[in-house]
Amino acid sequence: MSVDTATVAKIASLARIKVTEAEIGAMVPELNGILAWVEQLAEVDVTGVEPMTAVIPNTQRLRDDVVNADPLTGGDMRDAVLANAPAPEHGFFGVPKVIE
Amino acid sequence: MTDLTNLGIAALRDGVAKGDFTATEVATAFNAAVEAAQPALNAFIVTTPEKALEAAAKVDADRAAGNPLGTMAGVPIGMKDLFATKGTQTTAASKILEGFTPQYESTVSQKLWDAGAGMLGKLNLDQFAMGSSNETSAFGNVISPWRRPNDTAPLAPGGSSGGSSSAVAARIAPAATGTDTGGSIRQPAAFTGISGIKPTYGRCSRWGVVAFASSLDQAGAMAHDVTDCAIMLEAMAGFDPKDSTSLNLPVPAWTAGLNADMKGKKVGIPREYRLDGMDPDVAKSWDDGIAWMKDAGAEIVEISLPHTKYALPTYYIIAPAEASSNLARYDGVRYGLRDLPDGAGLQDMYAATRAAGFGPEVKRRIMIGTYVLSAGFYDAYYTQAQKVRTLIARDFTEAFQQVDVILVPTAPSSAFALGEKSADPLEMYLNDVFSVPASLAGLPAMSVPAGLDRSGLPLGLQVIGKAFDEQGVLNASLALEQRAQFTARPAKWW
Amino acid sequence: MSDYRIQGDTGEWEVVIGLEVHAQITTNAKLFSGAATAFGAEPNTQVSLVDAAMPGMLPVPNRECIRQAVRTGMAINAQINKWSRFDRKNYFYADLPQGYQISQLYHPIVGEGAIEIQLDDKNPDTKKTIGVERIHVEQDAGKLMHDQHPTMSYVDLNRSGVALMEIVSRPDMGSPAEAGAYLSKLRTILRFVGSCDGNMDQGSMRADVNVSVRKPGGELGTRTETKNVNSVRFVMAVVEQEAKRQVALIEDGGKVVQETRLYDPDRNETRSMRSKEDAHDYRYFPDPDLLPLELDDAFLEECRASLPELPDAKRERYETALGLSAYNANVLTADVETARWFEVLLAETAALAKKPEAEVAKQAANWLISELFGALNKLGASLETSPVSPAAGAELLALIADGTISGSIAKQVLEKMLETGDGAGVIVEREGLKQTSDTGAIEAAIDAILAANADKVEQYKGGKEALFGFFVGQTMKAMQGKANPGMVNELLKKKLS
Ligand SMILES: [Mg+2]
Ligand SMILES: [Zn+2]
Repeated sequence: MSVDTATVAKIASLARIKVTEAEIGAMVPELNGILAWVEQLAEVDVTGVEPMTAVIPNTQRLRDDVVNADPLTGGDMRDAVLANAPAPEHGFFGVPKVIE
Repeated sequence: MTDLTNLGIAALRDGVAKGDFTATEVATAFNAAVEAAQPALNAFIVTTPEKALEAAAKVDADRAAGNPLGTMAGVPIGMKDLFATKGTQTTAASKILEGFTPQYESTVSQKLWDAGAGMLGKLNLDQFAMGSSNETSAFGNVISPWRRPNDTAPLAPGGSSGGSSSAVAARIAPAATGTDTGGSIRQPAAFTGISGIKPTYGRCSRWGVVAFASSLDQAGAMAHDVTDCAIMLEAMAGFDPKDSTSLNLPVPAWTAGLNADMKGKKVGIPREYRLDGMDPDVAKSWDDGIAWMKDAGAEIVEISLPHTKYALPTYYIIAPAEASSNLARYDGVRYGLRDLPDGAGLQDMYAATRAAGFGPEVKRRIMIGTYVLSAGFYDAYYTQAQKVRTLIARDFTEAFQQVDVILVPTAPSSAFALGEKSADPLEMYLNDVFSVPASLAGLPAMSVPAGLDRSGLPLGLQVIGKAFDEQGVLNASLALEQRAQFTARPAKWW
Repeated sequence: MSDYRIQGDTGEWEVVIGLEVHAQITTNAKLFSGAATAFGAEPNTQVSLVDAAMPGMLPVPNRECIRQAVRTGMAINAQINKWSRFDRKNYFYADLPQGYQISQLYHPIVGEGAIEIQLDDKNPDTKKTIGVERIHVEQDAGKLMHDQHPTMSYVDLNRSGVALMEIVSRPDMGSPAEAGAYLSKLRTILRFVGSCDGNMDQGSMRADVNVSVRKPGGELGTRTETKNVNSVRFVMAVVEQEAKRQVALIEDGGKVVQETRLYDPDRNETRSMRSKEDAHDYRYFPDPDLLPLELDDAFLEECRASLPELPDAKRERYETALGLSAYNANVLTADVETARWFEVLLAETAALAKKPEAEVAKQAANWLISELFGALNKLGASLETSPVSPAAGAELLALIADGTISGSIAKQVLEKMLETGDGAGVIVEREGLKQTSDTGAIEAAIDAILAANADKVEQYKGGKEALFGFFVGQTMKAMQGKANPGMVNELLKKKLS
């Protein structure tokens, strides 16, 4: 499989990265080179092989339903949450107006 | 008084504990070394001399008061700028996080501070840990302290933990944290003649570490030698309920368990790592390693890891796929850079912010990751890669039925010059050919210096162990270290 | 198949409906963080570093969310998957801090199940089984506010990361009534199980309504999805409006496009939601920050053992074991609070009467449904806020049963109870409302009434038997309601014969 300029433009849009025509032009051969290389995986016979889910055998732990049990993962910290916001507004994060 | 900056973790800690010198003297010496080297090496993104002094003062006070001292007490270290540090800018070497001041401390860095370590500063790295030469940082390249004889061309310190390797090799930090996704601790350690260990996936908490590829990322230690790595890793590791993939196991006493006697141990030599056209110096250093292992009493066993050649392409599907999603949070809404062109809507803001904030390699990997996950391609790329990953891990499991550890080179060459490989991404990716397989299998692996190649640059040897067997990795590495007698140091030119 | 049809210019059209219901799982803390979930908090106060997707933050699942999803699955007889996994659904929006929603696509925790609906509770032929394809657990998104600033929208992440169950039906519904009945029934089940409070006005339950139309028996048409519809009535309206719109569109030579729509209740119409249209490629993949979720037998056993009697079983028992009418059984099991209230009332009533529950059930059910509901309704109150407790209700029923007061006096007593909060016995005593069985007093009252209404007595005797009720009413009035009605009947009959 290989990509053309339209595909690269579509991927960039999906990834929300603004790209110029020139950048797309440069990316096409670069991505095609990488894709052609990774496609050698297709030759591996994976019949009956499960895709890896946990690299070290381990199952999911579950936590207790307790609010703010660990302050590092609890709430009630609006100032900390907003401390780095580019546009904090009255306790909210401000973004350009969205029309739904 | 000896130059304190020549000392490693154990010597500094023991010296402080004995009263040979104070922690404040140590911190002062390293702060000065950092300041002197920073313009030339650019190993740090920010320096925090006050933090180093503050921690040192606490250690000195504790000692004066007769309080027990931690295992890293009095040792100032460099912190890779991928670990969130409360109140100190954390950037992942990306413009998109420039100015970001975390309101939290990563679990690993907190454990190190709790053990008495201090922070010299935040170390430079490849942007979002994506790179093998530290040329993708938004804050400039890191320069290796090593140079080829009679040549001032700047060399790569390796990547992504290039700030860490450069700082430790230059002796401006006695030790540094690293993170390893596909070789980012081991390859820079090999390039700069220092030791570095990546533990079993899940040993060190990922909480508070800027994510690159979640299923691969592991923090580890970079230091002068095996013993220092053992001390530091012991301080960093441990179960963290905040990380679902954290291993709920006690941390073994690795330092106390160090033992270079390899009698009764079997060392595997995988034939698939002996590539056509292998650098003869690398091949020779591997042979040296095999001889040292024998000398240490080990039995050498030829093994096969048949899917080795597929490790790199597997990695370059899985890591970008995870990264494309992990990096979606950098959107200019809650922190970091926001680029809001006139009249732009929300989605335009995202695209502009991410275009301005991410470097070319990060964009490249996000693009690849987005593509391989997109509708119609997911099974052909991602599912296939995860199946091959199962086979790669299975190869190791089978090999470890026969052997205790595996010995291979760390990297296919010694350090290259900056700019030498950055034009072609594929060529750069090939640098991780020997380090990526262990990453895909989540196994502990360590690089130790093995000698110098024909151009006078360090080469590393890599020991790969069974899951959870960091002790076996450290012990085999110690056996190599004792026989390699690696004492070469870069001449101080900065 | 439903016989609901849209009448178009080209003939009849069938409607095919499927619902994806998002139900907030009742928990204290969020799905992957320890922040609180309470409704109505100040913006961004119930947000952790994890919910704000700060760099390096990681998810750890809340056991209670998993447990409630499993219990819900068990309640609809669904397959429970002992091995499931979380996936990431990737898209960019300001209410989605991570840039992906942690959800379950490939391996949901709950598989195939079913919910039975009955459109008319007097007619078992209107029973229908609606298939449930799956239930998965996922994170809710934050909230955007658009009207606080001229050029900005405001983001509140309090809801971000709250646990949801997405309950996906099969496209088995064929009319607005069926869609409404399914949603009501689902809400009832969730409230019985305790996995969701069902507060639709607080957003605890929202439905995405998938609608398509086709000629009867024909190929499935293209469907539209109307998002976040938050009441049973609106769901029914969406089905109707959307079906009509699609029929008109097709008959005009147009084509239905698969799209996301929004319901505007003020105009009772749906409209296209273009803002979300470009986000179709979600690039789902397993969340590498999480491990596979494996449920052991002990966990499943606890989930099953902790399930209460469910509405269908309860209704069945009310009819067969308690002898209630289908209608009453249905009313009493339509909501968990009603059933709970009724069962306490029943137990207390049976205890006071020293009779088995089956013997007092009808009386208790009738009183609750026709007396208490009516009285509460007038007050604008509900069972949850009722000033009368089930025990107090039982006391009142006991006074009726032992003849202390008549049914009509009981109405007055209930009003006083609601007003004052006093017990029935106290009120009857204080107001002198005890029923009299004093034959002499009743006879005297009857004599006076017959004398004063000689003309009516004449007419009655002439065959106008309906007047009997008039005499009863007058007598009761004269006795201020306190006469024993049986005795009044008996004495009147004797005097008029
Ligand atoms: Mg939906
Ligand atoms: Zn959903």
